[in-house]
Amino acid sequence: MNATTLEQLVAAKEIVVTCGSGGVGKTTTAAALGTMAAEAIGGRVLVLTVDPARRLANAMGLEAFGNAETLVEKTPRGELWAAMLDTKASWDDLVRRHAPDTRTRDAILANPLYKNITGKFVQSHDYIAMERLYELHASGSWDLIVVDTPPTRNALDFLEAPERMADFFSSRLLRWLLVPYRSRLVNAASRPFYQVADRILGSAFLQDIADFFILFQSMYSGFVARARSVERVLGDRRTTFVVVSTLEPAPVREAEFFVKALTERRLHLGALVLNKVLPASLLDSRAAVAARRLCEAPGAVAKALPAEAGPPAIVEHVLQEVGQSFLNFSVVAAREAATRAELGVAPEVVATVPYQDEDIVDLDGLRRLGAALWHERRP
Amino acid sequence: MAEATPDLLSRRLLFVTGKGGVGKTTIAASLALLGARAGRRTLVCEVDAKGDLAAAFETPPLAFRPRQVTGGLFAMTMDTEESLKEYLRLQLRVPLLARLGPLARTFDFLASAAPGVREILTVGKLAWEVREDHYDLVVVDAAATGHIVGQLRAPAAINELVAVGLVREQTGWIRQILTDPATTGVVVTALPQEMPVTETLELVGALGETGVDVAAVAVNRVLPELFGRSEEEVFERLRTPALAGALATATSGSVEPVLDAARLAVTLRRTGAGHLERLRAGLAPGLPVLYVPELFRHSVGLRALTQVADALGAELGG
Repeated sequence: MNATTLEQLVAAKEIVVTCGSGGVGKTTTAAALGTMAAEAIGGRVLVLTVDPARRLANAMGLEAFGNAETLVEKTPRGELWAAMLDTKASWDDLVRRHAPDTRTRDAILANPLYKNITGKFVQSHDYIAMERLYELHASGSWDLIVVDTPPTRNALDFLEAPERMADFFSSRLLRWLLVPYRSRLVNAASRPFYQVADRILGSAFLQDIADFFILFQSMYSGFVARARSVERVLGDRRTTFVVVSTLEPAPVREAEFFVKALTERRLHLGALVLNKVLPASLLDSRAAVAARRLCEAPGAVAKALPAEAGPPAIVEHVLQEVGQSFLNFSVVAAREAATRAELGVAPEVVATVPYQDEDIVDLDGLRRLGAALWHERRP
Repeated sequence: MAEATPDLLSRRLLFVTGKGGVGKTTIAASLALLGARAGRRTLVCEVDAKGDLAAAFETPPLAFRPRQVTGGLFAMTMDTEESLKEYLRLQLRVPLLARLGPLARTFDFLASAAPGVREILTVGKLAWEVREDHYDLVVVDAAATGHIVGQLRAPAAINELVAVGLVREQTGWIRQILTDPATTGVVVTALPQEMPVTETLELVGALGETGVDVAAVAVNRVLPELFGRSEEEVFERLRTPALAGALATATSGSVEPVLDAARLAVTLRRTGAGHLERLRAGLAPGLPVLYVPELFRHSVGLRALTQVADALGAELGG
């Protein structure tokens, strides 16, 4: 049977991945889902989050940054834990695990290119997030892991990261580069490549690159096998993806793109969360009648009110502002409703979260948000 | 007081950045529109190729080769492979280029293996347009918060990593253009919300290490102040059942949603104002902060863009 609420969806899964474009409330949604799961479903729940707002981190008891999992709260039936992703530390862990010997390990960790790649490379961030997820899941100590994906330039980068990492290490170009390092015998086919690379980057730098990859190749087989495992976990039926979006044009475009990509890869699209949606009452036609009247004849309305309302001039101004404000917001609400009606995607669960007028600063805030997510059914 | 800060639009190269979802593209497109309106030959370039810039101008997808989208305003999208080709064409003898074969694989390799190559091809191309005086003003819809520092720091980083070669020779003049505050500036885009403000403050700090001047902070979608204090007291009284009932009769409509919407607007404005205070307090006193009001528009695209440009132009005092 298909899930009809997020509660049913989450209860049936071991990994929930939230994705979507920046600024749509992805991290908060992941945290709220984890909080609700620990309370309503129970078990050991971990929220793995990437760079959350500091106050959100505080709400989850994560003042101390780091890779280690931290207990946030014990619930009657379970535990809520949280962890952040530290890209550099995770890469270092990975190298320590896969390096064939301590000499290679230390040489890699000290290599300037390694530091550059792990610190600044966008793809390395995507890859390590998925790698960490795999590691946590394989440890068997979690009933549910909720992970929010890194803010990627291209929404698909993190899905493809394991595959690309494997491709990269088995690529012919990499072998080309390593050939002269080993034998100094450059064949005719690759010579123009070296001439150009040499002209552009200089041979000393090419040598640096070669050094680095020679070291890294010693970890090749472990690395590729690992990337394949990460891929398998993402495609497993115990994993589901939750796409988060607002009803603004750009995030919706990206969400639709995302849904399509998940479907093409046969990954499980569990739910679409529409966040920060303006209240439906803004579309109430009788309210619009009242608002227009307030805008057009605030004086007449003010006169009709009892004197206790206040000084007529002030009342008149307030009424006009109130009416105008409603009409302003209803324009945006109407656009949102149209966008929603045109949404070309239909996952099992669509949850709508109303606009939160205040920031979420503690677990109670996450629970409020979670409750709004939890029970919504497909209309 | 502000004499030391050059006028925003008198600079030659503007990088517009900000957290995802804050309206970076809208601000970049508006600044470009204002530049073109002021009679300057202007180029606007989208770096991440998402297509938002073309959507803002309501034009077909953009290409690497700039295309005029409106009077005096040209638009392009960055394609680092094309940028490399152009660069090689300028720097290398043609026969060698012809023997290179399919460039894509070589490029993929270079860009993946050598940190900073992709970045320098992006920044280098834009600085080149400025150096060659192809345009009076180049506005960049740049990388988001997480990547902009790496992008702007790339010339310096390459300098540290690469001892010789063509790329290194190029980093000198690129850095000169980037670090001259009369020529180049960064505009950080924010929203009056918690995360965008926090990221803006962190980014302004981090940009210090790039040596590129922060020219302004632009805050998008600032909600209007509905009431002063005495007006708010009146508003609270109107929400009491007795007065709300009288109001319903007087307007012959349904007033509860109207009052609720005003309440939401007041709360949102107040939460936002707190974040704006934090933003202002965290920035250097002389740094211009440009406020673009929430426009409650039902449209997107060119019409909305014109409205933002008008509002931004008013903020810039012109």
